[in-house]
Amino acid sequence: MNRLILNKIILALSTLSAFVGIGFLFWILATLTYKGISSIQLSTFTNDLVEGGIRNLLVGQFMMALLATVVAVPLGVMAGIYLREYGGEKRMTMVIRNLSDIMTSAPSIVIGVFVFAFLVEPFGTFNGWAGSVALAIMMLPIIIGTTDNMLALVPKELREAGIALGGSKHKIVLQIVLKAAKVGVTTGILLSFARIIGETAPLLFTSANNQFFTMDMSGQFPSLTVSIYNLATYPDEASRELAWAASFILTAIVLFINLVGRFVTRNKH
Amino acid sequence: MTKETANPIMEVKDLFFTYPNAPEPTLKGNNLTIYENKITAMIGPSGCGKSTLLRAMNRIHDLYAGCKYEGEINLRNLENNKMENTLNLKKENQLIGLRQKVGMIFQKPTPFPMSIYDNVAYGLRLKGIKSKSELDGRVEKALKEAAIWKEAKERLGHSAMGLSGGQQQRLCIARSVALKPEVLLFDEPTSALDPISTGAIEELISELKKDVTVVIVTHNMQQASRLSDYTTFMYLGDIIEFGNTEKIFLSPEQKLTEDYITGRFG
Ligand SMILES: Nc1ncnc2c1ncn2[C@@H]1O[C@H](COP(=O)(O)OP(=O)(O)OP(=O)(O)O)[C@@H](O)[C@H]1O
Ligand SMILES: [Mg+2]
Repeated sequence: MNRLILNKIILALSTLSAFVGIGFLFWILATLTYKGISSIQLSTFTNDLVEGGIRNLLVGQFMMALLATVVAVPLGVMAGIYLREYGGEKRMTMVIRNLSDIMTSAPSIVIGVFVFAFLVEPFGTFNGWAGSVALAIMMLPIIIGTTDNMLALVPKELREAGIALGGSKHKIVLQIVLKAAKVGVTTGILLSFARIIGETAPLLFTSANNQFFTMDMSGQFPSLTVSIYNLATYPDEASRELAWAASFILTAIVLFINLVGRFVTRNKH
Repeated sequence: MTKETANPIMEVKDLFFTYPNAPEPTLKGNNLTIYENKITAMIGPSGCGKSTLLRAMNRIHDLYAGCKYEGEINLRNLENNKMENTLNLKKENQLIGLRQKVGMIFQKPTPFPMSIYDNVAYGLRLKGIKSKSELDGRVEKALKEAAIWKEAKERLGHSAMGLSGGQQQRLCIARSVALKPEVLLFDEPTSALDPISTGAIEELISELKKDVTVVIVTHNMQQASRLSDYTTFMYLGDIIEFGNTEKIFLSPEQKLTEDYITGRFG
């Protein structure tokens, strides 16, 4: 067969596939935007779930996600620093690095079940703390991985130059190497945040849901994602409209965080 | 060249050096004397151990665990004029002290991701200098000594990453000079630079020798002969010949040295 014809066929096929993919994506986004925006009212933001709004859900979701971030960022960054700067080529380093990579793709429902067994069952109630911990566990491997990889991109000469000026290793790592990798590490943190802010499975068995506004994390805790999951199954029109509105807002938030992440990297490289 | 007054500042004695997990030593019993306020060039084919020897002289190898030294690398203590073996230093702050006395410039410029001012002030701050006026003074002096003050003075607060390669290299020299080291080790400092920047750095190095002792690794024979007072030729981990640069280049004693200098191999 003629090579040119084969070339054309493959080009046509791949173009078609690209359009199918993009087509579905636009379909989803368009439906979401249309249904979402038409369901949003001012009261959507000012009311809690009991009154047909998502105020408590937004607050709850962000509280759990921010708490998870506060825990996961220092732990993850320090673990990444350990792996790259102190772990060397020891077998233990390799094991931790690989385990962390595997954790990145662990099904989130499994993490939810794990936290359920440790932080829900023993206390006899779903609670916000457990939800936060589940989210933090999801963030950790992403942050460890990016920190590790971004530090690896810093040339070893930079470390040596710092040492040659009379620096101690930990000062050079914290003041120079980490600084040189700052943009990449920050992006990793943002992306891990974008990842968990839209997660349902880790919260389903941990924080469960709450119709009311609450700041008490020791009880059932409200979140957008779990509520969307619940609302979508309710028979009444109002619930489903609220689910659309919540989905749209959630998508917008995730998109926004991703864009910020990209913007930060683009500006610096 | 005033050979009579040449005064040893460093002495490498029977030095064996082995990289982590390497089956045999890379440096095989090196002996070398470095004279104060002179420029010593190290030449030799790729892989002969020039960088390895240079990096032993401020123990930068120790950044990586598992390096083995045998022998002595003595540095003269300027307070009591006694030679002290730097291989006996064990603690991290002793090594820090050594590196403040024996600085190093690398092949690729290594500006830190911070402002020009902070780059130069960094080592000073590590040394514990906090006073703003003292820092200002020493940063300015170092930048002047490294011949980059003119280009840098208007943009001290700007990121050092915005400088050209040659300017970055001079900034790195300024950074080391600011610590008032006794010895400066240069590992092919111009091989990543264009001829004009190279000229500027060479001029700078010959100026520096008033205040510091210089050891420079280079692949450029002209650079070695233009710049240095002494030259040492290395081959396969051995020091084959050491002597006055003129002598090494005009009438070397070893056949190997002659072959290398005349470009017959390497
Ligand atoms: N980290 C290391 N681990 C093991 N062996 C090394 C290491 N670094 C260098 N070597 C080996 O030591 C020998 C000397 O290397 P070195 O870098 O000192 O050579 P060089 O004379 O500086 O060469 P060049 O002119 O190419 O820079 C080489 O055979 C090299 O393969
Ligand atoms: Mg080298």
